[in-house]
Amino acid sequence: MSMKTKVKINKPALKRYKESLRYALYVMTHPFDGFWDLTHEKRGSMAAANTLLVLTFLTNIWNMRYENFMFNNVRWERVNIWSQIAGILAPLLLYVVANWCLTTLFDGKGRMKDVYMGMCYSLTPYILIMNPVTIISNVVTAEEGAFLTYFEYLALAWAFGLILVSVMQIHDYSLGKAILAILFSAVGMMIIVFLVMLFFSLVSDAVAFFVSVGKEIMFRVY
Amino acid sequence: MKLKRKIMAALLGVMTVVSVFPAGVANATEVNTYTYNYDYWGLEYESPDAYRPMSYTDGAALGTKALKSPQGLFVRDNMMYVVDTGNNRILELTVENGTLTLSKEITEFTGDTEVLTFNSPQDVYVAENGDFYITDQANYRILHLNKDLQLVKEMTRPNHALIDQENPFEPNKIVVDRSGRMFVIAKNVNKGVMQFEEDGNFVGFIGASEVAFNMAEYIKKIFSTKAQRDQMVDFVPTEYNNLFIDNKSFIYCTTEVFEEADLDSGTAKPIRKLNSLGGDILIRNGEMIPCGDWDWESAAGMNGPSRIVDITAMDDETYYVADRIRGRLFAYDEQGHLLYAFGGPGNQLGYFTYPISIEHVGTDLYVLDMVTGGITRFARTEFGDLIHSALDEYNEGNYIESAEYWEQVLAMNGNYELAYIGIGRSHLRQKDYKTAMEYFEVMRDNDNYSRAWKYYRKDWIENNLGYVIVVLVVLGFIPVIVKKIKKIRWEASMQYEYENESKNK
Repeated sequence: MSMKTKVKINKPALKRYKESLRYALYVMTHPFDGFWDLTHEKRGSMAAANTLLVLTFLTNIWNMRYENFMFNNVRWERVNIWSQIAGILAPLLLYVVANWCLTTLFDGKGRMKDVYMGMCYSLTPYILIMNPVTIISNVVTAEEGAFLTYFEYLALAWAFGLILVSVMQIHDYSLGKAILAILFSAVGMMIIVFLVMLFFSLVSDAVAFFVSVGKEIMFRVY
Repeated sequence: MKLKRKIMAALLGVMTVVSVFPAGVANATEVNTYTYNYDYWGLEYESPDAYRPMSYTDGAALGTKALKSPQGLFVRDNMMYVVDTGNNRILELTVENGTLTLSKEITEFTGDTEVLTFNSPQDVYVAENGDFYITDQANYRILHLNKDLQLVKEMTRPNHALIDQENPFEPNKIVVDRSGRMFVIAKNVNKGVMQFEEDGNFVGFIGASEVAFNMAEYIKKIFSTKAQRDQMVDFVPTEYNNLFIDNKSFIYCTTEVFEEADLDSGTAKPIRKLNSLGGDILIRNGEMIPCGDWDWESAAGMNGPSRIVDITAMDDETYYVADRIRGRLFAYDEQGHLLYAFGGPGNQLGYFTYPISIEHVGTDLYVLDMVTGGITRFARTEFGDLIHSALDEYNEGNYIESAEYWEQVLAMNGNYELAYIGIGRSHLRQKDYKTAMEYFEVMRDNDNYSRAWKYYRKDWIENNLGYVIVVLVVLGFIPVIVKKIKKIRWEASMQYEYENESKNK
């Protein structure tokens, strides 16, 4: 009995999750319309955004592991899977925070959640292009594989274009304002990194100070 | 079996000890030279000795006074000539089974000229007929003597528009080709290698480095005054520091003048091989161009990249260069792959303070140290012999034999990259593409792997054409089937809803 109710409760949620995930395909091909409805019509979901982000990690790692060494030469003894994930996650989260901070000050309509969702949905072309590239790289020779590089550039360019449109639509900005917002978000990211480092170095200095004071006391007392 | 192996190991040990400690060698306890090669990532790996230092011969050992900053070494058949610059003499040595004995000391010559002695001679070239060509630097002339030391001709500063007439002519190094043409490099001449005809006439330069056009520099020059322009450093083309002519009359030259940053991009060319027109035909197929060390640290007064001071090429077109910064010797094959490197800075046997010249007799190498004034002999080991046999067999088209030698090289040094590629190439020639691919993948050799893969793929498709067609047809049908299933499911759901609705009613 309880099983049945559970299933009944989950079914619409699952359906909505599936729909919001499938909506990524629509966003990819109709970015202006797509990003507007993503947040304003609530056709996107956080669950789908998280899924897309995880898929991006997997794509990245899968590509690193299985793309033919002719195109992607990985020095395995230097690879750390967590730093690989952090390499995507850290800039993404920094961007989300920086962009939200900035746009809140300059009449951006989006909430932080919307910015995050827009960012994750923008990664769809990367997932959809890089996986076939990984597979095809194992079938072609080095000369034939030259075009794979173009596909990789295409994936990145497409994703970047989507990020630009997402900023425009989520915050209701013009193109110029969106570009400025992205540029200043980058500056904001650097400021955040700087502040974090400053904070850590100050804290470590403070800790070192108290440690040395403690040591001094120990020397005097004993 | 086990006992046998133990006996073998003991024997091997004894043999190694015997070969490592040749009788009568000073410092025999420390002759393990620093031999290494690089892998794909530029990491150094130690390797067994390809060359081992055998003996050290200085002035005292030759029964003459100590050499004073000698500059050049030259070998013709089994005669070796040492240019003892500081003592203004040239020593003629006989090489017999690796031992050097003094046969003649050349300090003067006869002929119709004012000065019949040398003043700071820099280099000597001895032609096949025994003629001497000597760069007598502080007398500002090149001497051509016959084998009885009689002057044939004397060349001073050429009266030519291309030659700077203000500064004295200070010839540095010389090589002569079979037809008697002389190729000379001189101090403060940076237009290339000077070429003299057989009769002693200067005809021009060869091997001048192409001047790279720099847009930023050009614009800067337009907007600067004449005084500023004069202050600017002009682009200085290469000044070569040494020459070697091989048995096919190709000239190898080395230079120390290059930008450190250009080594990585491959635009710096510290080693060149010139054809008769002066074009650089050195093959650079390695991961890195032939330039000595790939990676270096600056410490203990040894700064920057390797500075190549001399080169010698063997008959199999492998060539050896000496680096004066760290006293190392590097060996390359004709494709430009680093074969091995050895030597180093120090005072022990096999190490150098300031190597200045390198020559070979057969497979033995002789290296002259400018500061200590001694000549070190290196003899090739079994490992070195195997590498060269493998290269030779491959060049002659005997791919299977070549692979057998490479297998033996691998047994001695599992990190030896060229061996993997050599075995892979032999498998490729034998149409064993799968194995070839495995060997190429280990060493990340893209080009060869791609080639092997192309053939392997072609074979695979030809052998499995039936399956390929079946799979393609199935793939073609999948959308149709999916459509059909969807339609059925849609109809079923309509049916279900219809039933539900009718039930609710």
